[in-house]
Amino acid sequence: MDNRTAEHPFVFVGCWELREMLGRSARDERQLLEAIEEVPLDSIYYHTHSFLLRHKYIAGPYPNDFATWAAIQVRDRVLGEKLGILSPYDFQNLESLRAEIVTIISDHLSRLQIIPRVIYEEPFHFMQSRIISAPMGLQVRTLAEFREVLAGVDASVIYYHTFEAILRLGKPKGDFALWMEEQLDLPELGERISKIDPYRISLESVRSRILNLCDQFLHKGRDRK
Amino acid sequence: MSRIEAYREIAPQGSVEFLLRMAEKIGRKKILHVNSTKLGGGVAEILRSLVPLLESVGVDAQWDVITGNEEFFATTKAFHNALQGQEQRISPEMLQNYLEINRENGKRLSLDADFVVIHDPQPAALIESRPDKRGKWVWRCHIDASQPQRRVWDFLRQFVVKYDGAIFSLPRFAQRLPIPQFLIYPSIDPLSDKNREISPPEQDRILKRLKISLDKPILLQVSRFDRFKDPLGVIQAYRLVKKHHDLQLILAGGGATDDPEGETVLTEVRQAAQDDPDIRILLLPPDANLEINALQRVATIVLQKSLREGFGLTVAEAMWKGKPVIGGFTGGITVQLVYGVTGFTVNSVEGTAFRIHHLLDNPEVMAKMGQDAREFVRRNFLITRHLGDYLALMNYMGR
Repeated sequence: MDNRTAEHPFVFVGCWELREMLGRSARDERQLLEAIEEVPLDSIYYHTHSFLLRHKYIAGPYPNDFATWAAIQVRDRVLGEKLGILSPYDFQNLESLRAEIVTIISDHLSRLQIIPRVIYEEPFHFMQSRIISAPMGLQVRTLAEFREVLAGVDASVIYYHTFEAILRLGKPKGDFALWMEEQLDLPELGERISKIDPYRISLESVRSRILNLCDQFLHKGRDRK
Repeated sequence: MSRIEAYREIAPQGSVEFLLRMAEKIGRKKILHVNSTKLGGGVAEILRSLVPLLESVGVDAQWDVITGNEEFFATTKAFHNALQGQEQRISPEMLQNYLEINRENGKRLSLDADFVVIHDPQPAALIESRPDKRGKWVWRCHIDASQPQRRVWDFLRQFVVKYDGAIFSLPRFAQRLPIPQFLIYPSIDPLSDKNREISPPEQDRILKRLKISLDKPILLQVSRFDRFKDPLGVIQAYRLVKKHHDLQLILAGGGATDDPEGETVLTEVRQAAQDDPDIRILLLPPDANLEINALQRVATIVLQKSLREGFGLTVAEAMWKGKPVIGGFTGGITVQLVYGVTGFTVNSVEGTAFRIHHLLDNPEVMAKMGQDAREFVRRNFLITRHLGDYLALMNYMGR
């Protein structure tokens, strides 16, 4: 068992997404492009990041709303695939993510004679996220305690300490990895947690992968004894 | 035991704990809900569950209803229809009466609260009675107002813009407004009679009373006998499938006593069913919650083949019971049914029949879909999620 005790405890914070409608929609890919250029960054965030907060159980077939809309509603799978491969993890901020999305759609449209649009299906409705956070009243100092609490908390805790921490709070590795490195002196565990790409899997899968990694390290500690 | 505790094992893991933490942040603030009835209708059904839950997490929650005369309710019924796009004639006298009744209610009700939620058009003009601009006021629109009759919307809009925010059930129901507009889906209560677990003996008693036999797979649609619910399309789809699968169809819905159009549709449905012994038409009273619950639990596949729909919570009810649902591509059905994962949306009779075939031929797909559907509802359409949205809204607007 790894008995390292952190000087500063890990404080679990959960969050809730309040969805605000911008009253703007797109019926074709040109309108989508124009709106993406103009909407607030909170809207880009909503459609690319908080996606998983809304699909906690089922990771959608495409990892962001733009790709899902293009593939499912417009039935333009080519654009769906091009947008679906985007990992917001690769961008330093939302503005550069927005620029990449605009480039992908512009490039796609420049190769087409006709602008793909919805016929029977749903237009794209632009929204923005209002994230409300609250501490869960839970804090831990050891890896074993961390593992135990993480297994039972609301999935929004995973979201807050990965997505929110990385993109909005400016911690590229996320809170979990950072705490492992800085407080428990477990850089390898921190590194492996930070390597989990949360955009490709559901929050529950992120949870179970972190739990597995914790178990491996806890067993390793036990074996060393 | 506090009411919220009963949901701890039903709501997503850890979420009740988070709801309590969000409520703690708000403190003992007062929230007042105002609508037009305590009995009947989806709004009252939700508030009956939501208000006690708000109380149980520590919010001072109250629920009042406005009173009015016959002319007032005739006017608000016309508003309701006009907001849903039907042409209505509303005279200046009717509008005056509407304003007068709202003024009277404004004097009668205690509207002094930190957070006031006014539901639907009936009490919308209460904003004029807001005490000294105190509290945050939100207008909650439950109806599909995406294509309203312009004159009626213009009249109501003058009140709506005075609120601090508006809530709609779907993005496409939203309007161009200079105030923040929030998206909050309606919800089902997993502990209500319509959705709670029922014991096998209790279920058997109900099915016996309804004379339902379980010897063939059951296709079920629960809805009013209304053209927008397309019961005739459901019968056509059943007939297409019946050639290959021996199954039965149950159409269960409310009576059509005061709705001449409903009566006509019911007659057409009976004619379409002819004397097929495998088609059952069940006319249920409005409080037949346990009966609907039991029917949904024994159904093999649930249909909601609507051509036009508000939100269509009957879909979430069936999904909660682990059933695969095939629904019309309209209204809130599209957000409940993730295509091929939590159900199928369809656009035609043929599409409906095709998906029924597909599911009957692949029982393992049905089982997985039902399981995913239940989990999707657990996270998105239970009353606990609704409670969370209100707590988040109070946190956000009360900053």
